[in-house]
Amino acid sequence: MTTTGTAIGRGEVLPRIRVGRSRRPRRATPLVAIGIVVAFAVLPAFVDAGLTSKLVDAFVLLTMASMWNLLAGYAGLVSVGQQTFIGLGSYIVLILAQWGLQPYLAVPLAAIGCAALALPLAWLLFRLRGGYFAIATWVVADAVQLVISHFPSLGGGTGAILPGVAGIAPATRLAWTYWSALGVAVAALAVAYLLLRGRLGLVLTAVRDDEVGARSVGARVGWAKRIVFLVAAAGCGAAGALLILSQLNVLATSVFSVQWSAKMIFVTIIGGIGSIEGPIVGTIVYVLLQETLSQFGAWYFIIVGLVAIVVALWSPRGIWGFVASRIHLRPFPVGYWLFVEAEPAGDGGPPPGPEPPAEGDA
Amino acid sequence: MIWIQALIQGLLLGGLYALSACGLSLLYGVMGAINLAHGDLAIIAAYLAIVVIPIFHLPGLLAFLIVVPAFLVFGYLGQRTLIQATLDRGPLTTLLVSFGVSIVLQNLLLQLFSADSHSIDIGSFVAASIQVNDEISIAYLSLGIFVVAVVVLLALQLFLSRTTTGRLIRAVADDREAAQLSGTRYRHVFGIAAALAIGTVALAGLAFGMVSSFGPTSGSTRLLFAFEAVVIGGLGSLWGTLAGGIVLGVAQAIGAAIDPSLGVLAGHVVFLVVLAVRPNGIAGARVTA
Amino acid sequence: MSTPVPAGSGGAAPPSRPALEVRDLTVHHGQLRAVTSLNLTVEAGEVFAIIGANGAGKSTLLRTIAGLHRPTSGTIWLDGTDISAAAPEERLVAGVALVPEGRRLFPSLSVEENLLVGAHRRRPGPWTIERVYQLFTWMPGRRRQLAAQLSGGEQQAVAIGRALVANPRVLLLDELSLGLAPVVVRQIYALLPELLATGMTILLVEQDVSQAIRIASRVQCLLEGRTTLAGRPADLRPEQIEAAYFGMAAAARR
Repeated sequence: MTTTGTAIGRGEVLPRIRVGRSRRPRRATPLVAIGIVVAFAVLPAFVDAGLTSKLVDAFVLLTMASMWNLLAGYAGLVSVGQQTFIGLGSYIVLILAQWGLQPYLAVPLAAIGCAALALPLAWLLFRLRGGYFAIATWVVADAVQLVISHFPSLGGGTGAILPGVAGIAPATRLAWTYWSALGVAVAALAVAYLLLRGRLGLVLTAVRDDEVGARSVGARVGWAKRIVFLVAAAGCGAAGALLILSQLNVLATSVFSVQWSAKMIFVTIIGGIGSIEGPIVGTIVYVLLQETLSQFGAWYFIIVGLVAIVVALWSPRGIWGFVASRIHLRPFPVGYWLFVEAEPAGDGGPPPGPEPPAEGDA
Repeated sequence: MIWIQALIQGLLLGGLYALSACGLSLLYGVMGAINLAHGDLAIIAAYLAIVVIPIFHLPGLLAFLIVVPAFLVFGYLGQRTLIQATLDRGPLTTLLVSFGVSIVLQNLLLQLFSADSHSIDIGSFVAASIQVNDEISIAYLSLGIFVVAVVVLLALQLFLSRTTTGRLIRAVADDREAAQLSGTRYRHVFGIAAALAIGTVALAGLAFGMVSSFGPTSGSTRLLFAFEAVVIGGLGSLWGTLAGGIVLGVAQAIGAAIDPSLGVLAGHVVFLVVLAVRPNGIAGARVTA
Repeated sequence: MSTPVPAGSGGAAPPSRPALEVRDLTVHHGQLRAVTSLNLTVEAGEVFAIIGANGAGKSTLLRTIAGLHRPTSGTIWLDGTDISAAAPEERLVAGVALVPEGRRLFPSLSVEENLLVGAHRRRPGPWTIERVYQLFTWMPGRRRQLAAQLSGGEQQAVAIGRALVANPRVLLLDELSLGLAPVVVRQIYALLPELLATGMTILLVEQDVSQAIRIASRVQCLLEGRTTLAGRPADLRPEQIEAAYFGMAAAARR
């Protein structure tokens, strides 16, 4: 970073700059993260089935929100059609279970299946941009729902029951579902974090700031967006698989409903788009709101929606964005920081201190 | 012969879709705003008609006398307040806020009116039709809606090309900064464009409410169809929107003639095919945002 | 940084308000500082040229004067009135018109429609669409053609016309010569005296230094957002201008 002013080479000292991931090397974070996961893993032994069930729902929501955040907050792909993959994930598990596979083993297969189906869809959908891309994802979801509703073996319009779980004791079933959900959520966060720390993350940040500029320096923008689209499809597919495992049945109109997109979008907006921590915060807030407002029945969803709109207008980085800009805490650092280590001589140098990476809106 | 009937029905349905789509197209063309609450606003117009008809003792067909002016005002005010606020913050915010509004509106309607379906009562006119021969009949209502759609599109086209305000709308749509440099109060111009767009949405909602029954969540399909009509026809062209609406209507009608549950899916398939093969649509403007 | 003092106009002339004044202006593009503490005074009826290399902050300066950019600090004065807080559309009504870099005509509108938009909030004055048609004799015959179909030089003419019909006090011209053949550029600059004759003041930004020196009564050179040279073309030596343009301090001291 040069100083402003006329002559460089007038003997001014250029500042020494260090590029790093975080202010202090964070050795504690992985240990803390593992600790939290272990704590959650043993939790069912200490709490009742009701709470365990709610935690399953929370993990599913967290997975979906993380995937949507990856799409919209990093790749700039605003989708209101992720329910396509949620539904497909559920139905892949259903079909595999109908063929005799142990349903819990079908979860990763559902994820992979959805990623595979996402590839041709990406080719089709990427012909549109912005809001038109968004609505097209919704059209696809509606179309897929209509097609699936046509097959009586999949329950037609009235729903289907998941086979292969009748022989398992309810408590065991709940525990397996819980651990599967925890595993999927942790995997989703881990995949997102690792993707963004790598080259892909760099490409995406460049695209977010200036797509044309990114392409002109050779960043493989289309490839990066496709990878994100496939990962998000896989994540939502896994979430859909968890849904059918926890509900034991699936209804096309409900699992392909746009309300799923609404939930994951509201959660991510409230928590904060464009940061790994955002969906986590958003899920916590959403669940708390759900608990405290449950007495108002369906009004709670309206209230959540209004909160999301207000947050989108007045605090576009969400709760986490607001908090993180005040306390310098980055459990999941995916950006780069510039640390200036010497004061430059002369006038008009860059201001001392770290300059936060640009984590702006997509 | 059922195919001819399907063709005619599809053609006339296309008018309704075009009417529904031109508001979406106008808002996007002028200010780059995608309104995901588009369909829900149409449904609210229909609900508003049901509410005001008994209050003002209006015949169903004249409900537009109250609803359309209300929506014109609401469109202008909505633009100057909410929509402008989202535009100032970026396209992502506009999309997300309009989606949030859509969901909130649907759930609100559900709370206020329950999940029952309603219909705007226009008496016996709903069934009146011209009997062409044994197998083909043309409903007056559908024909009327088609005519209204064409008239509205014509009026919009004339307004944009012949009036000063229309010219300013086109200028702002082309290059907002350059328009500002020429003295254009662009927020006001946006407001006029939004008022027109929301006004057509109201008309489309009323038309839909007369022709079919609706419920709180009907807005979603309205949005999808309007959007499909715009993309099939080609972004940036009002007459393309009419063509797109007709293609969609015909596709749905033929699909429904094959199997009643296939209508909507047929429309989706045609849309996806157009997207795959000719993404610029029939009238062919660029589709990049 | 040497700033040769312009030859003074002497104490005998009565003090008159400058047409346009920029005081201590600082403008940022995000974190980049494009213009730093800039001062500029344009007297009524003169042609003032701002020169400098790419990225020197010239266009940013003009856009800020027109109101498209909000400065970080500093003020802008038109005829003694502070217009720093006015929106671009209100600055046009106040009397500042910008012909933006790259012409920026409305491509889907015809030539005449472009002019009509320029005139819809016009101030009283001698410039009308008819008079613009007299200035550019080829225009009336092509009035219904879409602006997008015109050549670069023709578009530049329409863009100037669009600004003229508003009857501005101060006309801002941003990089007129960009993308145009030299012969076309000369034709356009040849029109400036007629504009001045109607009482206009012109502030122009120009990368072509020789063109700028030929038509301006005063020039100011910018480098990285700061003034490196200011004065009358007659008073400035070529080496001075070259040094100020490229920022070679050693050459300036030669």
